[in-house]
Amino acid sequence: MSAPAAAIRPGDALRREWHRFTPQERIGRWLVWLAIVASLVWAVRTVEIIPEFLADAPQQMADLLVRMWPPDLAHYYPSVHDALIETLHIATLGTVFSFALAVPLALMAARNICRIPALNALAQLLLVASRSVNSLVWALIFVAVFGPGAAAGTFAIAFRSVGFVGKLLAEALEETAPGPVEALRATGAPWGSVMLKGVWPQVQPAFWGIALFRWDINVRESAVLGLVGAGGIGVVLDDAINFFQWDRVATVLLAILAVVIIAEILVTRIRARLI
Amino acid sequence: MSASAATAARRAFAPNWPARLGLVALGLYCVYAMGRLDITGERLVTGLGEAGRFLARMWPPNFERWELLVEGLLESIQIALLSSALGILLSLPLGLMAARNLSPAIVAAPTRAFVAVCRSLHYVIVAILFVKAIGFGALAGVAALTVASMGFVAKLFAEAIEEISMKQVEAIRATGAGPGGVLLYGVLPQVASRFTGFCLYQLDSNLRNSTLVGIVGAGGIGGTLFAAFKRFDYDFVAAILLSIIALIFVAEVISGRIRAAMR
Repeated sequence: MSAPAAAIRPGDALRREWHRFTPQERIGRWLVWLAIVASLVWAVRTVEIIPEFLADAPQQMADLLVRMWPPDLAHYYPSVHDALIETLHIATLGTVFSFALAVPLALMAARNICRIPALNALAQLLLVASRSVNSLVWALIFVAVFGPGAAAGTFAIAFRSVGFVGKLLAEALEETAPGPVEALRATGAPWGSVMLKGVWPQVQPAFWGIALFRWDINVRESAVLGLVGAGGIGVVLDDAINFFQWDRVATVLLAILAVVIIAEILVTRIRARLI
Repeated sequence: MSASAATAARRAFAPNWPARLGLVALGLYCVYAMGRLDITGERLVTGLGEAGRFLARMWPPNFERWELLVEGLLESIQIALLSSALGILLSLPLGLMAARNLSPAIVAAPTRAFVAVCRSLHYVIVAILFVKAIGFGALAGVAALTVASMGFVAKLFAEAIEEISMKQVEAIRATGAGPGGVLLYGVLPQVASRFTGFCLYQLDSNLRNSTLVGIVGAGGIGGTLFAAFKRFDYDFVAAILLSIIALIFVAEVISGRIRAAMR
């Protein structure tokens, strides 16, 4: 304010206080934290929690574990085993079907292959719609269409995977180099040959990566489809739970866990060798 | 022998026999699996007719019971928020313990196994177990999705920590900082931005999944959806599905904006 000009000493610039953020940035950060805390407080205060249920939760949990132990391993063969094989078939066949649907959609969605913007948008819309509906909801729909059974599960897996596979494939297609495609086209090659020899070699690694990744996810997802009647090991699980046969539930859970872990190890191995 | 090899080398775009055989094998497998799963052309044709009837009954979507709809959606959002917060809080120590460059193998190995088990069990299965243990309601959903979040975020967090540069950690350690100081100033600044990305992604996927755990009685809009399905109330089902898709779409747009702003 009334500080004389003589008070500015040499080296004052070095004594300045430095801040990492501007005041605006600091206010912004506080607002973000405030929003997070406010939404959490809102959620905690309004979510419906029944105190009696919460109070005896540890006891109930212990009871559940005691009833599950020891697992009824004799139950594994043949009923759980057959359901497990069915689950694997649902996952694999669903993945194959999803690729059959996703490849044309991805070709349509990739802007460097299909030059019509309206078709690009349509394909994107279909892919987003497939991704927004969960696999269990697809399963409910297909149970209403095909009746309960593995067919509904297979189509649920296929339709759920289309959005995911199609999106990633379209991205891989858009990243391809135009050079080989143009060279092939200049030789007068028909569209099919251009795709097979110009585009396919470039997207092949991405393609196998996506296929393995999605198969791994589908093995997990197909294990629960049976809860809504769409076949697989979920049906056996649902039956065991409804009859309160907790030792059988434990067997089924162990089987699912083992298959999921084996699938993950398998996928990691194959991926390491392929890519 | 050498002559045939030479002609093969001269021929561009030679047929790829292993790939063709692989395609044939895949086709054979599909036929076999379709037989096993009882998928026949006849069934597909009947299914198409049923699908037409189903879609006809879904139209027009019935928004008359919108109070029920809003209540369910709000509960789903609450489940998503709470389970993300809890899951992320629990993932922080788990991720640190599972990172092989910071914690000894005797701690890292069991933590990794625990995280792998959390990830392997589908959240709906976990939700069933929690519904039996804690009873029906949103709390079971929160618990189930917390387990799922832990499996995912802790794994990614541990991987991010394993990729950090140890130079900064050593520099902080050289100043005489304790373990807390090393974590706070040497490790966390290197992974903070990626960690925020994981958290955002997990919030997004928890929101998707929280619309579903209600199918097994763990709260949220899924219960309403399943009940409507069971009562063949297909126009209400269409309304619920449309609102879920709208909710997920809005969430995706918002998180896309946040991600773009962070970059």
